[in-house]
Amino acid sequence: MTTMAEERAARYSKRRGVPRLVWPLAALGVILLFNFFFTPEFFRVTMRDGRLFGNVIDILRNGVPVTLVSIGMTLVIATGGVDLSVGAVMALAGTLAAVLIGLHHWGAAAGISAALGLALVCGVWNGFLVAYLGIQPIVATLVLMVSGRGIAQLLSGGQIVDVINPGFDYLTKGAILGMPFAVYLMAACFIVVAVMTRKTALGLFIESVGNNPLASRYAGINERGVKMVAYIVAGVCSGLAGMHVASEIQAADANNAGLYLELDAILAVLIGGTSLSGGRFSLIGSVVGAMIIQTTRTMILNKGIAVESTMIVKAVIILVIAIFQAEKFRTLLGRMLKRGRA
Amino acid sequence: MGEKPLLEMRGIRKVYPGVRALDGVDFLVRVGEVHALLGENGAGKSTLIKVMTGATRRDGGEILLAGKEIWPGSTKEAQEAGISTVYQEINLVPTLSVAENLFLGREPRRLGMIRWGQVKKRARAALERLNIKIDVNRDLGEYSIAIQQMVAIARAVDIKAKLLILDEPTSSLDAGEVEQLFGLMRKLKGEGLGIVFVTHFLDQVYAVSDRITVLRNGKLVGEYETAKLGRMDLVGKMMGRELAELEYGKSEARVEKKGQALVVARGIAKRGSIEPIALELSAGEVVGLAGLLGSGRTEVAKLLFGIDRADRGEVRVEGKAVKLRGPREAIRLGFAFVPEDRKTQSIIPELTIRENIILAMQASRGWVRAYSRATQEKLAEKYIAALQIATPDGEQAVKNLSGGNQQKVILARWLASQPRVLILDEPTRGIDVGAKAEIQKLVLSLCSEGMAILFISSELEEVVRVSDRVAVLRDRRKVGELSGADVTEQAVMRTIASEGGA
Amino acid sequence: MKKLAPMIATVVVCAILLGACGWRYGHDFLSLYNLTNLLNDGAYLGVIAVGSTFVILTGGIDLSVGSIMGLTTIIVATLVTKHGMHPALAIPIALGIGAVIGFVMGCVIQFFELAPFLVTLGGLFFARGLTFLISVEGIEISSKVSPAYGKLSEMGYEFHIGQQTGYLSGSTIVFLAVVVIGTVVAYWTRFGRNVYAIGGGESSASLMGVPVGRVKIMVYTLSGFCAALGGVLNTMYKLSGDPNAGTGLELDAISAVVIGGTLLTGGVGYVPGTLLGVLILGIIQSAITYENLISWWARIAIGVLLFVFILLQKVLTGTTGLRRQLQK
Repeated sequence: MTTMAEERAARYSKRRGVPRLVWPLAALGVILLFNFFFTPEFFRVTMRDGRLFGNVIDILRNGVPVTLVSIGMTLVIATGGVDLSVGAVMALAGTLAAVLIGLHHWGAAAGISAALGLALVCGVWNGFLVAYLGIQPIVATLVLMVSGRGIAQLLSGGQIVDVINPGFDYLTKGAILGMPFAVYLMAACFIVVAVMTRKTALGLFIESVGNNPLASRYAGINERGVKMVAYIVAGVCSGLAGMHVASEIQAADANNAGLYLELDAILAVLIGGTSLSGGRFSLIGSVVGAMIIQTTRTMILNKGIAVESTMIVKAVIILVIAIFQAEKFRTLLGRMLKRGRA
Repeated sequence: MGEKPLLEMRGIRKVYPGVRALDGVDFLVRVGEVHALLGENGAGKSTLIKVMTGATRRDGGEILLAGKEIWPGSTKEAQEAGISTVYQEINLVPTLSVAENLFLGREPRRLGMIRWGQVKKRARAALERLNIKIDVNRDLGEYSIAIQQMVAIARAVDIKAKLLILDEPTSSLDAGEVEQLFGLMRKLKGEGLGIVFVTHFLDQVYAVSDRITVLRNGKLVGEYETAKLGRMDLVGKMMGRELAELEYGKSEARVEKKGQALVVARGIAKRGSIEPIALELSAGEVVGLAGLLGSGRTEVAKLLFGIDRADRGEVRVEGKAVKLRGPREAIRLGFAFVPEDRKTQSIIPELTIRENIILAMQASRGWVRAYSRATQEKLAEKYIAALQIATPDGEQAVKNLSGGNQQKVILARWLASQPRVLILDEPTRGIDVGAKAEIQKLVLSLCSEGMAILFISSELEEVVRVSDRVAVLRDRRKVGELSGADVTEQAVMRTIASEGGA
Repeated sequence: MKKLAPMIATVVVCAILLGACGWRYGHDFLSLYNLTNLLNDGAYLGVIAVGSTFVILTGGIDLSVGSIMGLTTIIVATLVTKHGMHPALAIPIALGIGAVIGFVMGCVIQFFELAPFLVTLGGLFFARGLTFLISVEGIEISSKVSPAYGKLSEMGYEFHIGQQTGYLSGSTIVFLAVVVIGTVVAYWTRFGRNVYAIGGGESSASLMGVPVGRVKIMVYTLSGFCAALGGVLNTMYKLSGDPNAGTGLELDAISAVVIGGTLLTGGVGYVPGTLLGVLILGIIQSAITYENLISWWARIAIGVLLFVFILLQKVLTGTTGLRRQLQK
């Protein structure tokens, strides 16, 4: 049964992708506008020692981990799954890099490659459980969500491992043309994943599998392979995010790195207009979503509100968005609007 | 046949946004009769049942049960009033025991504790009354669909149903089980129950029902005594037009194609699904697969397309033995498959028509090299025009199309992949008569262009019209093959009914 | 009889682990004292796991239990130490809060038809955030501040079988009571049977007149209550409230349930199995201690065992699961 509202929506969203971005962009705009009026010097960017400084730059730089994870999470959610292990994978990859570079004095490049390799293996593992063994994504990724941190603890011997290495530091402290290196890294990751999905047929396959896995299989799509790719991308993105966090604090903390980041990532993806039930996805939407989260966090810090309350705020936002996306709620709302009109 | 009215529905109206699902429909079931409710898809059968069972509320009209007006707002309320329904997909819980399924939600209790002894005793009694001999302690899921269906009926009867609605109960039963079910229906009818019987098997209507009510486009066509209504009349009333309108000749000019068979399947089988079967498909030939539902038609298609793997036998394509390990291998060999359940097995509802059409093509090309947008659009336009898909353009989401147009999109998807062998499983089910005729015509023209086609349909008349040869299935095995002038409805039915098979 | 297979596996795993540990660490490991201690250590987890059993039986999942437990420990500790409230009042308040959070999550899941994992993940963050708002630091509940609390935590029951001495703490007695009540509710009440029916087929159950919405909301309420009760028991066990208490405990609870033979897809499982599941987790934990390994090994071992049981379930339900998928 298609309601008139749906039909109208279908008509307006003919050029897909564009209208769905309107809402998250508007939300970001509102938040930025609020800061423009109420946070002094929010938009001031200064140049010191050949580097840019300012709130906006901070938001971009600090928003790198959540953005990276959101990019990977977008693909997983689009296949109709979810990856709860992203935080644990961050901790695991960060710890391996720290142990190799900090304790075993590997070069930065080698250590980072090895850590990203491990993150990739985590993605393969999740993908294998979900795609080939057919275990529900929540359950499958839950296994790694906790045992991942356990393995990280084993690697680090339960200690916080320090890394002092100029190459590794450059990840978060380096700058090119005044802009933090991490921002370029984030942009590069976005472009790579965007090209990989939109300039090939991968994006179409992911949306197809997420929307109707059985029909996709019957149409000849390797639906297992497609899911696998999504989890691998999520793993590698989480690994990169783990590098960022470890580089930032110059140490690996297996207990706290990326803790609760899975919620932020899911939240960013939802804000960006990708539905939890899978199907159509928007990478740029997720990036905007991640920026909204980071801006809100910075705002809360600036306003001196207890940081702890962000968790509650986020929990509420995620539920509200999920409810708005819920089919049930839309039909209820539609019915109420109609009754109001009549 | 009773005369005392049990359920009277008068002037029932139900409107959905943009659709008048029921428009002043009258329906009368008498005490102690089996009343068949018939109509094509979209006739309003299911809406009428929903109104009866409280699954949806009526917008107008009145319902009297045993003379008293009722206004069921939920299935539970309807049940309490004495109206119970048994659906095609059995709505029982397979992981619970038979006894629990009979008494779920109304278990005898003492001090809030369920009295299991009582539950089992009463369950046994309820089943015995209907001559169903099974162990009530075992999980329902361990029994066949037929037994589960009977348990569902036993539950309905035990809830003190006055009116029993059987919504396509025979779809997944074999002939023996259907007979068993009919026996049960006659017994219940004798006990004074009114039974509403919804089915799409005309034979069964004539075998068991006393009266027939026909709906079409949400309106009542009429109520008839089964014994006095001829088959052809009934079909005419259901379709609402003369059969002649649908007639068009088989492409007479189907020429000698008896070269080497393109696909030869020998003794392919899968345990519990289909017995060894032999089948040959040649270019430029339509082979029909006929048989009742559950006779193994879809199973054959699934084996040929690699969805299920055969555990025996071999398939040769152009003389070469091939292994069909999955749809992708099958597609590589030039197979295409339009499955029976459009909603779950073929359309990708949120994607556009264009994306749905290029999907199979792109899948066989791999993900790396995407077809350009221009190519995609050109293809979509081509097929929208060729198949007369009713849509402003290719950028509409497929979910917004009607059933017939969705089916055309799926056909376009496979035609775009340029298959050599096209397997169609119920390609015209649930779509309107016009689109149906178009699809049938398309099949014939594809065939004359040299495609090999396997055509599966539960409508005999359609199989016979379209096919050059018909393989007849029964009870999961092939019982005969007809060709040439032997391809007639009578012959197919005779084969299905024949003892022992060919 | 397929239904019993995971349960049999649970019993076998439990027996093998006990046997192996007895063989490796000597008979002391199998002494009554040690065995009852395993229960005492796992009591709070066990109570929470019983709540999770019901949720999982309906085919749902509750990720918020660890956070609710942490929240409860802080609420009890704050009320008792900072506000001088008597435990007899503080404990019911904490239990009520847990139940209310569960109730709200159940309502959201039911009314908006949202995925339980998402809603309870929201609940996880909500409860943990609330916990940190109340206190970022751990709060000790000393017997000096609340003698009543001290007394409560010391309650227990010592008993002898032959020459062996066993000791059941108050928490363990509560745990065993919860298992017994849970078993009775699951098997002998309509609510319990409705839970199984929903897990076995929600739409069918609904058509058969099961009040699906009400039962599901009740199940999440029950789970929230059990999580809070687990939190209360945890404060007795540790005599403190800890804002980080219960981090990751949801996986332990789910593991205990699954290792205890309950199907993650719902509809099949037994409450006493969860008791065994908790026991198995306890044995693994203490074996790791015996081996002088870091405690993180336990996490990994549990992860592996969980994985094995998920695989076993997959094998057992493989065909039916697939069929169900196709029917959708």
